[in-house]
Amino acid sequence: MTATDPIELDTIDRRLLVALSQDATQSAGSLARQLGLSQPATWRRIKRLHESGAIKGQRLALDQERLGFGVTVFLGLKLATKGRVSLQDFERAVMAIPEVQTVEHVLGLYDYRLRVVARDIADFERVLRRRIMTLPGVGDVEANVLLSEERRPGPIG
Amino acid sequence: MLDDTDRRILRQYQHAPALSAAALAERAGVTAATCARRLSALKDAGVLQGNHAVIDWPALGYTVEVSLRITLDKAAPRAFDTFVEKARDIPEVIEIQTFLGRVDVRLSVISKDMADYQRLYRDAILTLPHIADIEALMHVARIKTDETLPL
Repeated sequence: MTATDPIELDTIDRRLLVALSQDATQSAGSLARQLGLSQPATWRRIKRLHESGAIKGQRLALDQERLGFGVTVFLGLKLATKGRVSLQDFERAVMAIPEVQTVEHVLGLYDYRLRVVARDIADFERVLRRRIMTLPGVGDVEANVLLSEERRPGPIG
Repeated sequence: MLDDTDRRILRQYQHAPALSAAALAERAGVTAATCARRLSALKDAGVLQGNHAVIDWPALGYTVEVSLRITLDKAAPRAFDTFVEKARDIPEVIEIQTFLGRVDVRLSVISKDMADYQRLYRDAILTLPHIADIEALMHVARIKTDETLPL
């Protein structure tokens, strides 16, 4: 088996994955009842989903606004001096900014895609000017303010 | 309103959402009873909305991920709503976001390979209603993914 062989899942694994991606705190007992399995069999399957890497972790969904973060902005960012500035330097610097939640290296119109949270638009401007625009090698930046977001179950349902 | 104890619990919890109740209480420096009571209050108040398992799509064979940045024809009535409704029907769409800015909607789509993506793009994406313009960004790598808040 090579590292690129995809993990094989049967129908029960898929239903477990869907259930856990909706609520990862469900007990093996409650999942077993939903799926009509024995509790030990369910527990073994959940363990395998984690160990095989099909589940890579857990994520909390929080009401950002209630926690004081009223604004989420996605930035498309181009490096100005490609080849001269080291990608590692840029990546190390951008990862250290607490307001930057995700950093994706992409191909296309932009080099990087960042998800940034801020308290409000004024706070976002501060983050943009003091932290983002001062990153090593940063060039064009495009900002889009997030209005709504929906995560879908994906092709396993 | 949230106090420092709530924030401390959430800060620990969002960095390690798989922690047991006892381990979380210990890290946050509160008793197990306090921790359970606070979490349940945060859930009831709608601040803590869920704890979700994150699927590793590349590990399941979906090695291609593309961000489609879409501009809609806003002259069409209910362009946003009808577009989003139809996009929900495509299983390979794993995220739908709407924006204020140059881009109106962004879809995150996954595929098994480029041939699979090509088929999806032509048959499912391009047939979505009210698209005025579409741009694709191909994901190369995720450098940082902990969607935690600086609480």
